[in-house]
Parts: sequence; structure tokens; C-alpha cells
Amino acid sequence: MATLTEAKRRRHGGMVNTVVGYAVLIFFALVFIYPFVIQLANSFKSEPDAAANPLSPVPHPVTTDSFARLLDGDFPLWLGNSVLVAVVVTVGRVFLDSLAGYALARLRFGGRKAIFATIVAIMAVPGVVLFIPKFLVLNQLGIYDTYTALILPLLVDAAGVFIMKQFFESIPLSLEEAARIDGAGVFRTFWSVVLPSARPALITLTILSFQGTWNEFPHTLVAVQDPSLFTLPRGVANLVSGALGSGTQYPLKLGAALLATIPVAIIFAIFQRYFVRGATEGAEKG
Amino acid sequence: MSTVTTASADRDDRSAGGGRPATNGHGGRPRFGRGIRSNERIAGWLFVAPVIVLLGVFFLAPIIMAFWVSLTDWQGQGSPFKSGVPFVGGDNYTRLFTEDGLARRDFMTSIRNNLYYVAIVVPVQTVLALGLALLVNNRMLKGKSFFRTAFYFPSVTSSVAISVVFLFMFANSGAINGILSFFGIDGPAWFSDARGLIHLILGVVGVDNPPQALSSGGPLGLTWWDWLSGPSVAMCAIMALVIWTTSGTFMLMFLAALQSVPVALDEASELDGASRWQRLRYVTLPLLKPTMFLVLTLGLIGTWQVFDQIYVMSQGNPAKTTLTPAFLSYRTAFKDFDYGRGAAISFVLFLIIVVLTLAQRWVMRDRDEPRRRFRWLR
Repeated sequence: MATLTEAKRRRHGGMVNTVVGYAVLIFFALVFIYPFVIQLANSFKSEPDAAANPLSPVPHPVTTDSFARLLDGDFPLWLGNSVLVAVVVTVGRVFLDSLAGYALARLRFGGRKAIFATIVAIMAVPGVVLFIPKFLVLNQLGIYDTYTALILPLLVDAAGVFIMKQFFESIPLSLEEAARIDGAGVFRTFWSVVLPSARPALITLTILSFQGTWNEFPHTLVAVQDPSLFTLPRGVANLVSGALGSGTQYPLKLGAALLATIPVAIIFAIFQRYFVRGATEGAEKG
Repeated sequence: MSTVTTASADRDDRSAGGGRPATNGHGGRPRFGRGIRSNERIAGWLFVAPVIVLLGVFFLAPIIMAFWVSLTDWQGQGSPFKSGVPFVGGDNYTRLFTEDGLARRDFMTSIRNNLYYVAIVVPVQTVLALGLALLVNNRMLKGKSFFRTAFYFPSVTSSVAISVVFLFMFANSGAINGILSFFGIDGPAWFSDARGLIHLILGVVGVDNPPQALSSGGPLGLTWWDWLSGPSVAMCAIMALVIWTTSGTFMLMFLAALQSVPVALDEASELDGASRWQRLRYVTLPLLKPTMFLVLTLGLIGTWQVFDQIYVMSQGNPAKTTLTPAFLSYRTAFKDFDYGRGAAISFVLFLIIVVLTLAQRWVMRDRDEPRRRFRWLR
């Protein structure tokens, strides 16, 4: 385009730009989507087919062999563990984070500012430096390699408290005041007046918590070692690191990865705008 | 301290933080009686108690414990706080920096690898995210939400699951090499290729063996030739994956900022005869500056934490060229059972990230106003 003269550009510029723009966008859309097509297609392929035609979106022959084998193995157990951990952690985070967020936004008590400052500081602690610390404390408490170790350390998160505090500060006081003047206690007011009006924030926090916990990998690495306590990411990582014996067995691994991706994909499809909100909220807290 | 002064001080703080005029801060709320006030104090503490206890037990206490362990030679048996555990002072730290040996060589190799990784991933993902956001932000574009979804979706999926997919695509006879061979290029054996990119480029111009000056010595336990290797071929595959997964999130941040650029401003400059490039350069980009800083620093902080992909795809291999400080600290503690040195590595990494975060705060210190645009109920 740079070689076009100014006059030509005036005439053709708009159309050429549009066509080039679409071409670039479609190219990148393919780059971003095709790996998922490869994942989907190859999990329905036989191993020789996957090895010979990795790019082909059509399995030939179509086989559900890898899924049958997954269901025979430890996979259902990991799935159950993932569901258990994600559900308990999500419920815990939504409840406890909003309780604390509400207190920090609205209730007046000594030490409030110090607590909030600590929570902001904790948000800045990078997760990867906590591997050894977390293991040490779980070991010291005698809960290493238990469901408690998988769940308890994830049960609250500083970022969730921060999000809820910001939200509660943005809603008007009048409702709560009316309830308080009518004689409702602090918890009653919170539970039956404030929380119902916080729906959008609660949905965002629910989704972010579920997605974060469902995908969580390093925590499981330092919290448990018993294969019967593995969640899906840990189990899939274990398949990759050679728990399968002979051959590359890519259809099986891709099938496991596919099944681990589907729940978040469904939630993403339904609640996309909350994910988007979460991402831009992430920008705010950075 | 009287309750009244605490309360009004808190409220002043809140109104300043929320950007409301200070005069409204006092008038907005009726004063409750003393009984309700003390109720509030108890309720406040009860409400934050679970969060304080859990964060205290699983964040603050462990960090202190780990700092203690980093000063010991604990091998994982029994409790690290018993009297039998040898206290070694700063030895675990000096082994990383001043004592020649395997510990320092591995650590410096991981720093080198991560430096190249940061130097490539951060600019590429930022430029890609900005480019995609500019394209998607086009007013005339049809299917805007489809493209946005397509670019963002990889960011929300499991890092482990997607690493498996990329492992398959970068296999020796996999999809990537299939595409390369279509263009007549013989693709490498990605995950067993430890050759550095800069070494490869030097090889093309005929420098196959390191010059004496570079191979005979160098700082911090690695030769100059090793420092100047560039990222290995294996690391390139991991970088491709990470750029692919994170660009979508950063695109959304740019998009949010672009949508708050007044359309009239763009149109006015178009009428003034500014070319597309001039409008981008002199109108749009200056307005995106705060977001740009944000994306760059979030990128910097994130890239120093790469772990999941390394664990699944390469475990630091081949020839330690995908070793990063995060993975090295994990491996040192949980595979070599040298918890003291592992903890020391994570504290050094912590320091690197804290310095980067503070640098971000410092750079962004006057930029609070534009950042408000991201406030989440706009």
C-alpha cells in the first residue's frame, strides 16, 4: 500500500484497506482457532492417523477409542476431584470475599485500612514464589496430600475481596440505610438487601473463581501427590510426562485436554461479557 | 481513640479514594447511635475474619517460613523448625551469585533463558494485541464480536490442556513442521533442539565455533558465548504458545481504551487530511499510552512467572535451555530435595518481580485519571 500514490489511495484506499483488514483478521482468527480444531479432530483419530495427518480436520477413521480408554482409567476420578474442588472453592470465595469486601467498603471498625492495605499487598505477590511456602505450611499443619490441602488455601483470594470492595463502594447507600433504620442487623442487611443488588459482581466473581480453580495447576503440584487426589490439569500433565507407557498416544492426551477444556468453554460461551469485564477489571488492579 | 474520629477519618479517606467531592463525604450518611456503631465494629471484624485467617495462614505465614528455610539446609525430613536442622545463613544465596558451581551455573542459565523469553514475548504480544485491537475496533467491521471472541478464547482455557495441544503441533512430524514443509522448509525437532537462535544466525554467517575471546570467560559462571546464545529452538515453541494465549487478554485492554477515544477526535483529524498512519501515530497512540504502560508491565511481571508451560512441555530440557527461575526453584526443592536453595531462588525471583512492580507504580504514578476508564461499572 505504501507504493500507491496519494491520488490512487483516495480512490481505492477504503476498499483496499477493508479487504486487507479482513484478510489479516481472518488469518489471525484461523491462527487462534485452528489449534482447537486440531485438538478436537485428533482426539477422534486413531494413533497412526493422528501421526500421519496431524493437520487434517477430518478423522479417518473416526474413533472414540481414546475417550473409551480415558473413561476406563483414572480420568473420571480426576473429573470428580476437579468438580468438587472448583465448586467448593467457588462457593467459598464468593461468600467469604463478598463478606470481607462489604466490611471493608461499608463497616467502620479499627484496623480496616491496615487490612485493606495488606490485601492489596498480597495481590501483588506472584503465585510462583509461593510453591515452597505453601508446601511448607501444608506439611507443617499435617494436611499435605489431602482434599483439605487442595481446597483450603484456595478458599479466599485477595483479588476477589478487592473486586467486591470496589463494587460495594459503587452502589448507593440508601437501601442499606432503610434496612438498618428498620432495625435489621448487619448480617441481615448484608444478606437480604446488599447481596441481591450485587448480582453482576457476584456473577463475575463466580465465573472468575470457577475458571481459575478449574484451570489451577501449580497448587495441586505442591498440595498433593496421591494420584487419587489429582484434579484434571494435574492428571493431564501426568499423562504427558510419560504415565502412559509406550507410544506418543496423542489422541488420548488430546482427548483428555479437550474434556478438561469443555466446561470452561461452555461457561465462556454463555457468560462472555463477564469474562471481558473480569479482564478489564484485572487491568484496573494491576 | 474515640470512635467518632476514626469514623470520620475513614470516611474522608473513602471519599478521596472514590474521587467524590470531599464535601459530600460527610453529608451522605446519617449517624447511627452508639449501639449500632459498636455492632458495626464487631460485625466488621467477624466479616473479615475468615479472609484474614486464611490469607494469614496460607500467604503471610508461609512466606516467613520459607524465608527461614532459605537460610537452612533442610532436606525435607521432619519439620524444618526443629533444632537439628543446620542453619547456613546466607549460603543458599551466595551459592547462586558468588560461588562457582552447578548451583550458580543452573541459576544463571535460568536467568539467561528467562531474559531472552521476556525480551521476545513482551514486545511481540504487546504489538500483536495492539494490532488486533486496532483492527477489531474498526467502526465498519462486521463480525466484530466473533473476532474478539476468537482472539480472547485461548486466554481462558487451561494452560496445561493447551500446552498438550501445542506439544502435539510442534511434534517432529506435527502440524507446524507440516506447514513449514509446504513452504519447502525442513522444520526442526522442536523440543530436542537446544541450539540458540543467535548462535544459529551466527552459524549462517560462518561463525560455527565460538571465538576464543567469548568462550574463555564471562560473568557469573557462564561464558560470554553462553550468555549470547539467544533463546533455544525449544524455547521458541514455548514462546509461541505463550504469545498465542496472552495476546487476547491484552487486546481486550487496548480495546477498552480505544473505545473511550472520542470518535469525533478521529473524524476531525481525518477531515483535516491526516492519513491513517498519521492519525494512529499522533492521535490514537498518545491516548493509549497509559494502557501501553499497563500492558507492558503486566507482561513483564507475567513473563517472569512462566511455569505451567515449562512443566508440561519441556521440564527445562533440552540442555537446560528452557529452565526458568520459577521452574528451577520447583525442581531444586521438590526433585533435588534442596529446599533451602529452592526457597532462596524463589526469593530472588520475588525480588525481581517486586522491583518490576515498583517500577510500574513509579511510571504510572501520575496516570491514575486515565486508568479510571477501566473501572468496572463504567
